[in-house]
Amino acid sequence: MQVLFDFLIGPFFQIFEAPIFFVEVVIGGMAAGIMYALVAIGFAVIFKASGIVNFAQGAMVLFAGLTLVGFLQMGAPLWLALIATVVVMVALAYAVERVVLGPLVNQPLIVLFMATIGLSFVIEGFGELAWGSDVHRLDVGLPRGSFFVGDIMIDRFHLVAAGSAGALVVAIVLFMQYTKFGRALRAVADDHQAALSVGIPLRMIWVITWSIAGVIALVAGVMWGTQAGIQFSLVLIAFKALPVLILGGFNSITGAIVAGLIIGVGETVFEVYWGQMMGGATENWFAYVVAMIFLFFRPQGLFGERIIERV
Amino acid sequence: MRAPATEAANATETGKTVLSAENISLTFGGLKALRDVSFDVKKGEIRAIIGPNGAGKTSMLNCINGFYHPQEGTITFKGVARRRARPDRIARQGIARTFQNVALFKGMSTLDNIMTGRLTKMHTNFLLQAIYWGPNQREEIAHREVCERIIDFLEIEHIRNTPVGRLPYGLQKRVELARALAMEPDLLLLDEPMAGMNLEEKQDMCRFILDTNHQLGTTIVLIEHDMGVVMDLSDRVAVLDYGNLIADGRPDDVQSDQRVIDAYLGVSHQ
Repeated sequence: MQVLFDFLIGPFFQIFEAPIFFVEVVIGGMAAGIMYALVAIGFAVIFKASGIVNFAQGAMVLFAGLTLVGFLQMGAPLWLALIATVVVMVALAYAVERVVLGPLVNQPLIVLFMATIGLSFVIEGFGELAWGSDVHRLDVGLPRGSFFVGDIMIDRFHLVAAGSAGALVVAIVLFMQYTKFGRALRAVADDHQAALSVGIPLRMIWVITWSIAGVIALVAGVMWGTQAGIQFSLVLIAFKALPVLILGGFNSITGAIVAGLIIGVGETVFEVYWGQMMGGATENWFAYVVAMIFLFFRPQGLFGERIIERV
Repeated sequence: MRAPATEAANATETGKTVLSAENISLTFGGLKALRDVSFDVKKGEIRAIIGPNGAGKTSMLNCINGFYHPQEGTITFKGVARRRARPDRIARQGIARTFQNVALFKGMSTLDNIMTGRLTKMHTNFLLQAIYWGPNQREEIAHREVCERIIDFLEIEHIRNTPVGRLPYGLQKRVELARALAMEPDLLLLDEPMAGMNLEEKQDMCRFILDTNHQLGTTIVLIEHDMGVVMDLSDRVAVLDYGNLIADGRPDDVQSDQRVIDAYLGVSHQ
């Protein structure tokens, strides 16, 4: 009886007793969620264009971060380092298309997925080779510290992260909706051969898509790097993006943001109010359990396209 | 590189040669899909390719539109010979096609599918489009008008905004034809446009193919199994069997050719 009370009713008493603390917990969760979403958007863009789950997105985040730090350490001013890193990410996209994707056109998607697993290790290893394996501190002058709105404490950095994620999404959505690229991209995602037959340059579309994913990886790298330093564990955040994608729908960019927020808030609130009962460290598994439940009831995710299969 | 002038001189009633395939051989590993096949397509005609299953008909279309690159032989389109060209480039040169198993963009509406056929005709650079709306919008409207005319032409107004994944098979085939027509092609390749259709749908499709040919003046290469349809529609028929071209000529001549009859009745190859 006591256990049930602790589990089902107690936490809500705590929330009710200290509402301001609860709001702060939610805000902290949203901040974490935005960080997941930044990685998930990169996945979603590539999935939209090719149906490939790009396992290497985490490695791309690390690589972008390492490259930026590398250029900064060479003494380049920030703006130049950013531009140079974007150039490197576009070059990476081109190389990926040439070496990995191009030769595998019209292969089953599982083959392409396996290829991105290999790619993940190659990018990671190449990053290590080029820039070393130390943990790097990244400071691009993003605002730190916090301020109060009423009684609620807000971290400036979280606002910046939210702002840049929002700006990224708006830019991507405008690009897809108002240029012919958007229609071409959806065509490529649906059917490679048909897209080629109407004259869509498949390989160029792929280079552009992977370049966009590279730029998103750079933004994610800057944010994660500022928060936790550029280190090889960044590759692992790709795993946290997977439940976000399942929740949001693999091909939805809005879905990635919303689901990122849901998962971030969910796991933080759960950890703070229910964590102790479950032995703590619930963030490690909470997102995956939510994703699993989602797969039972809504496999296409919140915003994903419904899969209609005619038999 | 130019095609030999004799090509044009050989032209018969229908006009100049639009496409000529010379000595095409295509192999997959040990399998010879096409052996030394030569044939041509003249401007304004409906050209049929027939043959038993596995004869190499679709392989031939895939060579023409660049999905396959034959190991030997040259394909000359509009006087320009090519060896290895990418399918998207060939589409831009004016060859459109449909597929044996419908290949539409399933998530998109009928209209959006047809609009993809206009992508190659859109000249505004899409990076420019992102910042400058004026000419872009005017262009979009102009392309939309072309698509609406094609929608009228093929009588698919009622499904304009339906996602094509939900349409019955016969209509999907019609949308696929519409998308190809939106490219305003010089040469249209149709891979079994009537496969899996009922009689009424077949009659509609025949009418559309003839109208396309007569009203729009589009040159058509067509693969079809329904002999009645082939004989009615086409100006000339090429017959493939085991990758060999065994007959080529007017429908009546081909129909009475002993080798064609043998191929269809399955006389053994010694």
